[in-house]
Amino acid sequence: MLDDRYDLAFRLYPYARSPDQDAAAPVRHPVVVMGAGPIGIATALDLGLQGVPVVVLDDHEGVGQGSRAICFAKRTLEICARWGCGQEMLDKGVVWNLGKVFHADRKVFEFNLLPEAGHRYPAFINLQQPHFERFLVERVRRAQDVGAPIEIRGRNRVDAVAVADDHVTLDITTPDGPYRIAADWLIGCDGASSPLRRMMGLDFEGRVFQDNFLIADIRMEAEFPTERWFWFEPPFRDAGASCLLHRQPDGIWRVDFQIGWDIDRAAELREENIRARLDAMLGAGVGYEIVWSSIYTFQCRRMTRFRHGRVVFAGDAAHQVSPFGARGANSGIQDADNLGWKLGLVLQGRAPEALVDSYCTERRHAADENILNSTRATDFITPKSATSHLFRNAVLDLAAHHAFARPFVNSGRLSVPCAYDDTPLNGPDALPGSPARTRPGAPCPDAPLGAGFLLDRLGGRFVLLGIGTDAPGDIASGGVMAEALTVAAHDDPTGALAERYLGEARRGVYLVRPDQHVAARWDHVDTDAIRSALDRACGRG
Amino acid sequence: MADLVTTPNIADADAFYADLIALHDGLTEEESAALNARLILVLANHVGDAQVLRQALDAARAAGRRDG
Repeated sequence: MLDDRYDLAFRLYPYARSPDQDAAAPVRHPVVVMGAGPIGIATALDLGLQGVPVVVLDDHEGVGQGSRAICFAKRTLEICARWGCGQEMLDKGVVWNLGKVFHADRKVFEFNLLPEAGHRYPAFINLQQPHFERFLVERVRRAQDVGAPIEIRGRNRVDAVAVADDHVTLDITTPDGPYRIAADWLIGCDGASSPLRRMMGLDFEGRVFQDNFLIADIRMEAEFPTERWFWFEPPFRDAGASCLLHRQPDGIWRVDFQIGWDIDRAAELREENIRARLDAMLGAGVGYEIVWSSIYTFQCRRMTRFRHGRVVFAGDAAHQVSPFGARGANSGIQDADNLGWKLGLVLQGRAPEALVDSYCTERRHAADENILNSTRATDFITPKSATSHLFRNAVLDLAAHHAFARPFVNSGRLSVPCAYDDTPLNGPDALPGSPARTRPGAPCPDAPLGAGFLLDRLGGRFVLLGIGTDAPGDIASGGVMAEALTVAAHDDPTGALAERYLGEARRGVYLVRPDQHVAARWDHVDTDAIRSALDRACGRG
Repeated sequence: MADLVTTPNIADADAFYADLIALHDGLTEEESAALNARLILVLANHVGDAQVLRQALDAARAAGRRDG
C-alpha cells in the first residue's frame, strides 16, 4: 500500500503513530507541509523557529539516495546560517573557486570565481544533497529539543486534499491505515512531479528539453584537483554533447554525461556501459568505484500562480529549471526563506494575508530569472539549430584566444540570489550615493562586523540598521517590531560594510526584512517614514 | 545615445570588400560560415553599445526582406 519509490541514504523520521490518528474529528493544524525534502524541512524549520506549529508529511522515512543537487551557493549557506545549520554544511562541503572549460580535445580557458573578501561563506560548496538534508533535519531535532513546535511524520502519504476557503483537509495513508487532518495553510514542497499539484489539477507550463543526463558518482583515489571541469563536445567515446567533472566530499566525484534523447535507458544504466564511458574519459589505469548512478531529464517550467487560496507551492513543485547553474535547490531554499516570515506574521495576526501574495510575486520573478538563465545555458550547451551550433563553436574558438569571447561561454550561470526590484513591499530608496547592490529589494551582502559578520546580526526579525548614525531605537508598528542595530566606524574593521552599504554617502539607515533583504534606506532618521516603510514591508502598504 | 552608422564609413570600401572576399579563399562552405560567425562576434564586441548592436541586428534582418 505504501511503496518505496526510492532507497534511503538516511532514515531520519521513522513512522510513529500520531494521536491525530485516534482523534474523533480531524485535528486542525496552522501549517501542514507536504514533502520532507530540503524545501519542506527548511520551510518547517523557519516556521518552527518562529514558534509557529508545523506538521511535515512525507511518504518515506528519510532522505533518498543519490547526490542530486551538489552545488550550494553562498546565499543558501547564509540562509542556513540564519537557521543555525550553515557551519556544519561548510565544514563538510568542498569549497571550490576554479573552473576549466574544454571544447573537444583542447582547453578553452580557466576561470576563478574570485569571491569577494569579507563574507563568512564562500561563493559555493559542493555537498551531496542527502548530507544537506540531513543537516537540516538534525537542526530541526535540536530546535524540537528546546520546544520548537515542528513535527515530521514519516510514512504519511497524502492521497487527497479538499481545499476550502479558509482551510484544507488532507486524507493520509499510513502503515496503520488512513486518517484525516486539516490545515489552515498547506505548503506544497513535494517536488517536481508534485502529487499535490496534480490532485488540484494545476498547470505547470514551460519548455521540455529533449535530453538525458547520465550521472555517475564515483569514488576514486586519483588526484584530480578541486575544480569544475566542463567539456563542450567531449572527445571521449560516447560522452555525449557535454560532460562535467566535479568534486564532492568523501573522495567522491560527480560525472555528468549529456547523452541525448533517443536512448535505451536500462542499457545505459548497466554498469559495464557506464564503465565504458568513464574509462574513456578518465583514461586507462584509473581505479574507481561507482557509488551511485542515475539518468535524469529536465524541463524549464513554472506554475502560473504559486498560491491557490490557502495552498502555497515552493521549490521544484512550483518551478523547475535545468541543472546548469545550480538554480534548483538554491532557489527552493530562497522560497522557504521568503515564505517563512510572511506566513509567520500572517498566522500570528500581525500582517494581512496579502503578505503571502508578495511571496508569489517575488519568488515568481526569481523563478523567471532562474528559468531565463538556465534556458540560455541549455541553448548554449545544446544548440537547437545548425546556425546556433555554428555560433556556439565560434565563441569557443574565439574564447581560446581572446578574453572578450569568454563572457559568451555559458556552461551554466551560477546561482545568485534575486533582487526584488518591483515588489510592493519595497519602501524608499533615499540614500544618495549608495551602491545599487544594496538597493531596496536586494539581499544584504555580508561584511565583517566587529569580530563577526553583519549577517549574523540580521534576519529572523526586522532590523533597523544605522551605519555611521545612531539607529533611533526599536520602532514598532501594527505589532511588528524593527530592532535597532547601530554600526560605528570602529565596528567596520575592513571598511567593507561602508563600501557595500554607504558608497559615497557618509551615513545611512536601512530597514532590513527578516529574510535579510533590504526593505528601504534613507540618509537620515525619520521615524514616521520608517514606520510607514515597516507597514509597507508587512503588506499593509 | 549612440546610433548605428548607416552612411558610408569605410574610407576604401572596394579594398575592404576585396579583403573580406579573399578571407574566404579556399574555405569550405562550413568553414566560411564559421569564419563569418567569428567575425560577427569580433565586430560586435568592438561596437559594444547594446543599442547600436540592437539597431545592427534589426538593420541586417530588415534588409533581407523581399516583401515590401
